[in-house]
Amino acid sequence: MKEHLDLLREMVRIRRFEERCAELYSSAQIRGFLHLYVGEEAVAAGVVSELDPQDAVVSTYRDHGHALARGVPMDAVMAEMFGKVTGCSRGRGGSMHLFDASHRFFGGNAIVGGGLPVAAGLALAHVMRGEPRVVACFFGEGAAAEGEFHEVLNLAALWRLPVLFCCENNMYAMGTAFAKEHAAGDLALRASSYGLAAWSVDGMDVLAVKESARRATESIRAGGGPCLLELRTYRFRAHSMYDPERYREKAEVTQWRHLDPIDRLVEVMRPEFTDDELGAIEAEVSVEIDHAVATAETADLEPVTDLTRFVTSEVSP
Amino acid sequence: MKTTYREALREAIRDAMNRDDRVFLMGEDVGSYGGCYAVSLGLLEEFGPERIRDTPLSESAFVGAGIGAALNGMRPIVEVMTVNFSLLALDQILNNAATLLHMSGGQFPVPVVIRMTTGAGRQLAAQHSHSLEGWYAHIPGLRVLAPATLEDARGMLWPALCDPDPVLIFEHNALYNLSGELADDAGPVDLTRAAVRRPGTDVTLITYGGSLAKTLTAADELAADGIDAEVIDLRTLRPLDADTFLESVRRTHRAVVVDEGWRSGSLSAEIAARIAEEALYELDAPVRRVCSAEVPIPYAKHLEEAALPQPASIAAAAREVVRGG
Ligand SMILES: Cc1ncc(C[n+]2csc(CCOP(=O)(O)OP(=O)(O)O)c2C)c(N)n1
Ligand SMILES: [Mg+2]
Repeated sequence: MKEHLDLLREMVRIRRFEERCAELYSSAQIRGFLHLYVGEEAVAAGVVSELDPQDAVVSTYRDHGHALARGVPMDAVMAEMFGKVTGCSRGRGGSMHLFDASHRFFGGNAIVGGGLPVAAGLALAHVMRGEPRVVACFFGEGAAAEGEFHEVLNLAALWRLPVLFCCENNMYAMGTAFAKEHAAGDLALRASSYGLAAWSVDGMDVLAVKESARRATESIRAGGGPCLLELRTYRFRAHSMYDPERYREKAEVTQWRHLDPIDRLVEVMRPEFTDDELGAIEAEVSVEIDHAVATAETADLEPVTDLTRFVTSEVSP
Repeated sequence: MKTTYREALREAIRDAMNRDDRVFLMGEDVGSYGGCYAVSLGLLEEFGPERIRDTPLSESAFVGAGIGAALNGMRPIVEVMTVNFSLLALDQILNNAATLLHMSGGQFPVPVVIRMTTGAGRQLAAQHSHSLEGWYAHIPGLRVLAPATLEDARGMLWPALCDPDPVLIFEHNALYNLSGELADDAGPVDLTRAAVRRPGTDVTLITYGGSLAKTLTAADELAADGIDAEVIDLRTLRPLDADTFLESVRRTHRAVVVDEGWRSGSLSAEIAARIAEEALYELDAPVRRVCSAEVPIPYAKHLEEAALPQPASIAAAAREVVRGG
């Protein structure tokens, strides 16, 4: 039950955080591109719950869920959205580029597929230094069409790099449906053709995700080489705040909303788990979000004189 | 007719598709999504999926496929969402498109047109905001265009498609909503000449693309100060029409180059060098450059604004060359 509660709390945190972000976007306090993860929370919550603090995470532009689940403080994530110096990237990255070295969170990356080669390199370093670490690398099914995906899967399998590839198959790459992106439908089969263990998971079921992530990380840590999970999920909202969603039917979205991962977990936890307990989680999360917004609003901007800092390192060679 | 830059681009695509059935458009989300900047909105319904082709996320593959189709008799227009993503196809653009004609001893021209968005200003942070057209202008074998007006948005595509060699078209993201009057019979424009967008006598401001509007604003500010600035829109970044800006500099004896690209090793450096090579003794003051700060473009609004050329910094540079600071 404790495990269930933790997963539920994490998914609720991510969901409510993003709902607040959408409001803040409408009131122009958050700008740039904002890609929401609403509907996909079970993936981040389930996978990241199986990682150790010393493991590494590589994410995409749809990175709020991964960052929050990883433990990047919500205050720092919200401040980043506000472009404040207290943000986890000093306000320089915004929504798409959350970073946190102390949580070994190697960033949201806005180049589709851009994180995969980096994940391979992080894992290579783990191997070369003899550290039994896993690198969890998240990306969409659209990224599986990019050259990086194919190059990296081959390399990782060849060198038996300890990477957990987490392909979040939410069925769309912006407006391009899966079937218009891929000639062959089975991503796990495709991945396994490169010589690594790969299987599909119901990404709307956080317990199934967690169980698969456990099996995969155990195998990777035991020296079994990389694994790929195809996490079948769905984004309930638009690709980004600019997307008029011309490419899909409302009925399809409604159908998937019936599989809401939060509702499904609550279902599993009934009847022991009561409405009061759920209310308590919501209340706790809402306090955390209010605090994050309040501190982000009053935080400082980075001084313009610091603009050129960190283009290169501040320690001389 | 009242129109926008976005609509003018779309009209140019429609016109080209109607003129020549070898022309087709392909790229990510150009079809059912309607184009990431809505340039191709409605064209799928009009021309069908054979000629408005959605591609998988695979820049190297579909840009390269555009090159192959061009080699084999078609006239593709390839859309890459932004210049940052075009780096995934840089190998195809440089090692194939720009090179095949010369390397094959003149046998294989590559009549492909590649359009992409460039530039900052919308708080999209460092992986969506760069101005790398100057890099492409470095490459022999390419023609590089930067439409900054409705006329050029409407008129550059057809001559680009008629060019037997590869042409890159850079659309600054700040321009898509630019609106204004366009002649009903607006059509193809000359690709070989820069344009004087504002005549003046005291200083030559040389710019292009998304910086044109800022430079014209700066020129208005300068006029209020009694400085009469001439504004030149390069329009074609490669091959450069140096004659137009050199002729201007010989009259005004002063030059400021405004470029959203970075300063070091850049297009602005090339222009300053041409002036130094051809018109040094005509100058009454050193050439000045107003460029983006040499940083990856940041998300926070105040930092992004500080990183980019602005009317105030352009006007300040012009005052400095006119009045010595
Ligand atoms: C190299 C590159 N090409 C195009 C884009 C524009 N773009 C951003 S997200 C996206 C869709 C990616 O889809 P997918 O990998 O399935 O991830 P999802 O957004 O569904 O999570 C596209 C086309 C980009 N950011 N980078
Ligand atoms: Mg997707």
